[in-house]
Amino acid sequence: MIWRALLLLGAALAGAASSAFGAEIPSGERRSAYDLMSRETKAMQDDDTANPGTFWVLDGEALWSAKAGTADKACADCHGDARASMKGVAARYPAFDPAHRRPLDLEQRINVCRTEQQKAPALAHESKQLLALTAYVARQSRGIPISIAADRMVEFLDAGRSLFYRRQGQLNLACSQCHDDNWGKSLAGNAIPQGHPTGYPLYRLEWQTLGSLQRRLRNCMIGMRAEPYAYGAPENVALELYLMWRARGLAMETPAVRP
Amino acid sequence: MNQYGTTRRDVLKAAGILAAGAGTATIRAVPADATPAAMQAAIRRVIGEASVKPGKVSLEIPPLVENGNTVPCAVTVESPMTAKDYVKAVHIFNEKNPQPNVISMHLGPRAGRANVSTRIRLSDTQTVVAIAELSDGSFWSASTNVIITLGACLED
Amino acid sequence: MARALINVPAKAKRGEVVAIKTLISHVMESGFRYSNTGQLIPRNIITWFQCTYNGEEIFSAELHAAMAANPFITFHTVATESGKLEFTWTGDNGFSATESATITVE
Repeated sequence: MIWRALLLLGAALAGAASSAFGAEIPSGERRSAYDLMSRETKAMQDDDTANPGTFWVLDGEALWSAKAGTADKACADCHGDARASMKGVAARYPAFDPAHRRPLDLEQRINVCRTEQQKAPALAHESKQLLALTAYVARQSRGIPISIAADRMVEFLDAGRSLFYRRQGQLNLACSQCHDDNWGKSLAGNAIPQGHPTGYPLYRLEWQTLGSLQRRLRNCMIGMRAEPYAYGAPENVALELYLMWRARGLAMETPAVRP
Repeated sequence: MNQYGTTRRDVLKAAGILAAGAGTATIRAVPADATPAAMQAAIRRVIGEASVKPGKVSLEIPPLVENGNTVPCAVTVESPMTAKDYVKAVHIFNEKNPQPNVISMHLGPRAGRANVSTRIRLSDTQTVVAIAELSDGSFWSASTNVIITLGACLED
Repeated sequence: MARALINVPAKAKRGEVVAIKTLISHVMESGFRYSNTGQLIPRNIITWFQCTYNGEEIFSAELHAAMAANPFITFHTVATESGKLEFTWTGDNGFSATESATITVE
């Protein structure tokens, strides 16, 4: 199944007319940004009691069991113990949702449950509650290798890949130029990572708080002097999907700490 | 957009700077009294007129930090930490933040070891000073120069 | 909502020096940042932290705006007897938080 999807993806790419389809990082060289961090920042991530991300995980744990909405249901009512039911889930998100006929990322999936099952209002992007629930769910995949099933998502993977390789913004830069071609080199005192979303949502020292992958992608685009896509926009989800697929094999680290 | 609804980009937009496509202008207004002299004054306010000698104190800060918002900082003071000979306090100061004080920590013989660590904020490349006050009334110091760079791809 | 995390060994030998790590959730708004309408965001920080060991203070600190968000402070103490470690943080706008941990000393 996967091989057929990959062949299709290969064919789709061969036919695509975009610029600069550079070489993808070979699997043996794929590295998490964790490797580029200082000893102290690594220690901050590794020790749950020194990692501020733990606060959101603990809040998420409480929310998991809290009844919500007019249906008066808690996540736990359907999903039981998250440590069992959510194990491995974040490592395979974004995932194809047949009802919506497109991939949903974890935040969207949680909000679908909120609105359709709990009959509660959707949680706002970057809100404390959505970050807490996402962090708690993704924490259950810590250590598990990322693995995206490409079937039914080829066109979305292709869209994400195109975005990754497309030059954009005032600086006319493509993501690939830094993250495929120049990873490991320094840019204004920071090392350029390969850009694998292994630890989201994560505590970014620059934000002094926990934030989602979409927040980071919008950051990147603003940094490149390009117009960022809105939270939840299909372009953001396609890019998330492609980045997770590109990161396949790397272990999840949520909640990570990054500069 | 951070949790306070602010982005430097919004401010720059409002000021018309972003529209003109100008470079990364900072809107952080640092008060005029953020100087090495202010740090010396702050040190005097905390420890009085006693003289401070360099030595006994080791201040560990990475020379090039990843982000000025969270700078790991560890202080160790040589001391037997007995009831008669111990570290009473460790004070940390900086010279270029809007304010010179960072933290004052009170220890005592019960500490067993004069080793403390924390995470601080540094707004710019500058000198950080750690001063230890011993039970015999003497003061000892160490200082480190820390390089702070602004990240390449900022949110605002 | 989770506020403080304490890391202290559950057990220690009498006389052993143990490390205590503390982390508290707090924005530590410095009071030097501006909103997008040019208003100064008021300072909102933790200003004081104390740890007691069976009621006696073993560590305290005055914190200033230059402390990073989600203050992380580590220190040491001699494990003298079994008992309770109590941690208190206070700050601007009436902020107050407490946490405790027990230690068994053999």
